[in-house]
This record gives sequence, C-alpha cells and structure tokens, in this order.
Amino acid sequence: MLEVSNLACSRGDHRLFSGLSFNLQPGQIMQVQGVNGSGKTSLLRTLCGFLRPDEGDIIWRGESIRELDEDYYAEMLYLGHLNAIKDELSALENLCISAGLSGVELEEKEAMIALRRMGLRGREMLPTKVLSQGQRRRVALARLLVSDATFWILDEPLTALDVGAVGLIQELIGEHLAQQGMVIFTTHQPLHVAGTEMRTVSLS
Amino acid sequence: MKKSSMLDLLLLVIRRDLILAMRRRADVLTTLVFFVMVVSLFPLGVGPELGMLRKMAPGVLWVAALLASMLSLGRLFSADYLDGTLEQMMLAPQSLSMLVLGKMAAHWMVSGLPLVLMAPVLGLQFDMSVQALGVLILGLLLGTPILSMLGAIGAALTLGLRGGGVLLSLLVLPLCIPVLIFGAGAVDAISSGLSIVSHLSLLGALLVLALVFTPWVTAQALRISME
Amino acid sequence: MAINWFKYAAPTTFYGLAGKMIPWFAFSAAILFAIGLYIGFFVAPSDAQQGEFYRIMFIHVPASILSMFLYLIMAGYAALGLIFNTRLSAMMATAIAPTGALFALISLWTGALWGKPMWGAWWMWDARLTSELILLFLYLGFIALHASIDDPRRADRAAALLAIVGSVNVPIIYFSVKWWNTLHQGSTIKFSGTTMHVAMQQALFTMLAACWLYAIAVVLARVRSIILERERNAAWVTQLPGIADFAGGEK
Repeated sequence: MLEVSNLACSRGDHRLFSGLSFNLQPGQIMQVQGVNGSGKTSLLRTLCGFLRPDEGDIIWRGESIRELDEDYYAEMLYLGHLNAIKDELSALENLCISAGLSGVELEEKEAMIALRRMGLRGREMLPTKVLSQGQRRRVALARLLVSDATFWILDEPLTALDVGAVGLIQELIGEHLAQQGMVIFTTHQPLHVAGTEMRTVSLS
Repeated sequence: MKKSSMLDLLLLVIRRDLILAMRRRADVLTTLVFFVMVVSLFPLGVGPELGMLRKMAPGVLWVAALLASMLSLGRLFSADYLDGTLEQMMLAPQSLSMLVLGKMAAHWMVSGLPLVLMAPVLGLQFDMSVQALGVLILGLLLGTPILSMLGAIGAALTLGLRGGGVLLSLLVLPLCIPVLIFGAGAVDAISSGLSIVSHLSLLGALLVLALVFTPWVTAQALRISME
Repeated sequence: MAINWFKYAAPTTFYGLAGKMIPWFAFSAAILFAIGLYIGFFVAPSDAQQGEFYRIMFIHVPASILSMFLYLIMAGYAALGLIFNTRLSAMMATAIAPTGALFALISLWTGALWGKPMWGAWWMWDARLTSELILLFLYLGFIALHASIDDPRRADRAAALLAIVGSVNVPIIYFSVKWWNTLHQGSTIKFSGTTMHVAMQQALFTMLAACWLYAIAVVLARVRSIILERERNAAWVTQLPGIADFAGGEK
C-alpha cells in the first residue's frame, strides 16, 4: 500500500536522513525510532506531504502522493504535536468541525458517543480552554474514533495522557489494525498493541 | 456518517470562522473602532471646512477602510497555524483553495461588511450627498472583498514571521491601489455628475479576477509557508 | 551544435562562468557610459523649450525602462525557480531585486529633478512617476519578504510567488494609475519637439545599453556571492583558492 523509496530530507543545511526505504501493508504498524532531532517529525510531515523530500518518492496504492493529493488525504489521518482544537469551542464543536474538515459529516450523537468513550463524559459542552492538557489531547484523539481513514500518522499520540487513556489508545490502534488499517507513529513512551508485530524504522 | 461535498466544506469553514469571531467579538470591534477613529481624525487634521471635506470624503473613507482591513489580516491564518488547525485543513480531502475561499469569505463578513455598513454614517460627517453615499456603499461592497482576498495572499506569505504585521501591509497595500482608485473614483464621478458605470464595472471585473485566482495563489502560499 | 545548457544552470559551473563574464560586462558598461555621457552633454543640441534641463532624460529614461524590465525578468526567473525547482533561477531573482529597486529610485530621483524646472514642483502626481513609485514599493516588498524568512528555500519560494502576483498586478496598476491621472487632468512629461535630434537618440540608446551592461555585471556579481553563501558547506567552495588559503590559515 505505502511504499517509501530512497527518501532524503533536510532542514536548512542539515541533512536529517537519506536513503530511507520501507513499506507498510494493511494491518501493519510501524514505529519511527530515533533520538531527539533525528527527523522523526519531519519524516511524518513528509508522509503528509507538508515537506518536499529532497530525493526519493512516497507511493500510495501505486501512485506518488504528489499526484494523488486529495485522494490520498481522504484515506489518511494525521495527528501532530498540536491538537488542532480551538479554546473558544466546546469539545463537541471541536470534534464535529475537525471531522468535517476531514470530510466526514458527523451527527451530534456520534460525536457524543466518541467523546464519552474518550472519558470526557460531562465535559462535552465545556469550552476546551477550561479542560486540562490531557483532556484536550483526548478531544483531539477522539478523531480516531470517528474517522474512516485507512492510514493513521500519529506523532507522539501519548503525550500528556494518563495510564487509562494510554490503554484506550492501544485498544483503538488494535481495533484499527484488525480492520486492515495501517499505523505509523512516534513515541517516547512504551506502546504495546496485542496480537501484532511492531515493525520499526530507525533514523540516526 | 456521510461524506461531505466541496460546498459543505466551504460552508463549514465559513460557519466555523463566524462562530469563532462571535466568541472573540473584541477583535471585530477593534477593526471597526479603528476605522471610525481614522476617519474622524481627518477633519481634525485638515480643518472643518465642509467644501473641502466633501471633496476629500471618498478618498479618506477608502484609505481608512484599506488600513482597517489590513489590521485584521494578520489573524486570518495565524491562529489556525499556531494551534495546528491549518495542518488539518491542508489534509482535507477537498482542494485547499476551497477552504481558503471560505476563510476569505468569513474574513470579509467579519471585517469588511461592518466597514461597509459603517461607512454611510461616517460619510454624513463629511456632508456627503445621499447619491454619493449610495455609490460609496456600492463601491465598498464590490471592493472590500478584493481587499480580503489580496490580503489573504500576504497573510499566507508572512505566516509565522516576526514582524509579520508590518511586512504584510508592505506587501499588500501596493496591490490594493487599483481598488482604491476605482472605488474612490466612482464617488468622485457621481459628485461631478459623470457616469459611474465604468468605475463600478472595472471594480466588478477585479472582483471576478480575484475570485478566480487569489484562492489558488493563497493555497500555494500556505503550502510554501508550512514547509 | 549541442551545448548542455543545464550544465550552466548548476550553481557550481555558473559561479566560474559568471566570474569570467563580469569584467567584460563591467568594462563595456564603463566605456558606453563615457560615450553616452559625452554625446549627451556635448554633442546633443539644447532643446528649444526645455533648454539644457532635458539632458537629465539620458539617465531618467534608461533607469525607468530598466526598472520595469528588471521586474519582469525577476518575476520570470522566480516563476522558473518555482515551477522547475531550479536553484539558480531563484538566486538570479534575488540578485536582480536590489538593482531593480535602485533603478526605480534613480528614476524617481531624476524625475523629481526634472520636474522642478519643468513643472515648478519637485513632485507631480504624474502617471509615470506614480507607477514608478508603486513599482519601487513592489521591489521593496520582495526584498523585505525574502529578508525576513530565515530558511532560504522557503524565502525563495515565497518571494517568487509574490513576484508573480506583482507582475500580474503591474499592468492593472499601471492602467488604473493612468486612468486616474487623465480623470484628474494631471500633467505628463511631454517632449516638445515632434522628432528627436539624431544625437539625442544616439545618446539615449548608448546610455540604455550602458545601463543594461551595468545591470548584468552587478547582478552576476551578486549572484556569485549568493552562491557562495548558500553553498558554504559544499566541497567545491572550500576548495576555491582564496577560501582554501583562509581555511588553511585558521588551522
């Protein structure tokens, strides 16, 4: 499905990585490893098409993502360092709007169910500025529940989450893989998904 | 769950930006108050003689509208850029130009439309005739959307830069000169009994040109700025 | 004859090539300036109406022409750089901007000097002068945008997009300013005689050619320093004679 060949990327004068090749098939999960500053986030952002690679190509279903553009975006979901939620909007509004931006029109009921599963019962209508850091992350992660994307790109999904939420995310990833989904992620905390082999790609 | 079309997405962005603007009303009011103040400063600067004020009115109102709309442009993309929403917009399964068009439309409704509605009141301070006021409103209605659209290009290019606000004005103001000329010219024309058709149709043509090209250019600028 | 043009599009090769060309352009610019000024001051007769004042045209007109053409050339290079992702084109666009801005400034300055005796005022809102002023703003915007972005790749691409938008706007601005000017019955610099004296034409064209050669020489020199700055970590730069000595001296 996803084939990355001979990818090279640099920031300013500094070459982050080069000659990077890997592929990912449905039902597979891959962790990007590397020390701080090794280019993990840059690799994920290149996979999103934000950064142009210096060399190499990213192929999705046999076509370069540069050519596919919107067709590729319809099938992928990116969760970055930033939560992409607005302080002024409630958790519910935030979820409905971010789902809307990714092309999914969400019923209020579906959104409520998703937020409750993320442990935000009773806080659905509060403006997110009164929520804690971990709760905001949960609002952002609720998108995983309502998305129909095949390919998830998660940059540090576990930041600011408590043990319960980490368990929930592991469960969600497990379900997604079981439905032939694909995940590529970075993390500094251990993340275990039962029943699948964790593949890794190392940047040095 | 159902898939959303291009139009749904456009409306979603407009609705979202309007809700956000309603919850941060202070921002909208600042622009409006700035507009009123700049216009009111002119008579204090040049003297209260009505004949001269009447002659200056279209120019003053248009320049003030131009400056006021520059004021709010800095926020057009920067909030979304800082909290990561812009990344999600770029990953939307519809063309980014469409989302950009939605943001431009919302920006106009929030910062351009209030100016248009306020302008006739200020025009009375300058003793403008009813006819001239009508043409002023018509010109502003056609012209202020162009300012929002050209401004969006500048806002996208200066995204996340230090001193972005001043730089933004430096980039965008020269591009707005034709709008200023035709808009203020139309009011001048009606005051001196000439036809306003050519002025307004030229403004209309510029509006169409801007509608066709600026969303795409702004989308490209955003992609460049996000790298 | 098959010349590999792309070879010269590589900054490495172009650096050497430009270095060889600069003295030729600079030298011929100097000679043509001397000839042009001589004809302009001593051979061309004084004008029936404007007397000696018109002679400022020999610098004003070429400067105006160059400032406009250089903007278009700059936008052209910028577009090439944006579309084909060629590094040298973006560098050329960056190198042209200050020279273009300089010519726009000279054109405004000499226009004002010419205006004082002709109109009795340093500045008239004449259509051409006003357009020239806006053109200067456009140049300054390009330079300011490029300077305020730290990452050179983003700076090149953002400034290129601005230059393209600007070049689409230039005709619209020019037309609107001209229209505004006729509505307000402004004044325009008009030449009194129906035909220009031959010596005047010669002086004008010589000066124009000299300005072109000067612009090329300066732009090439600036491109060379931009190449050095951008490629400071590349192997070929560290092996250049002067730099190798410097690096050796440091050790």
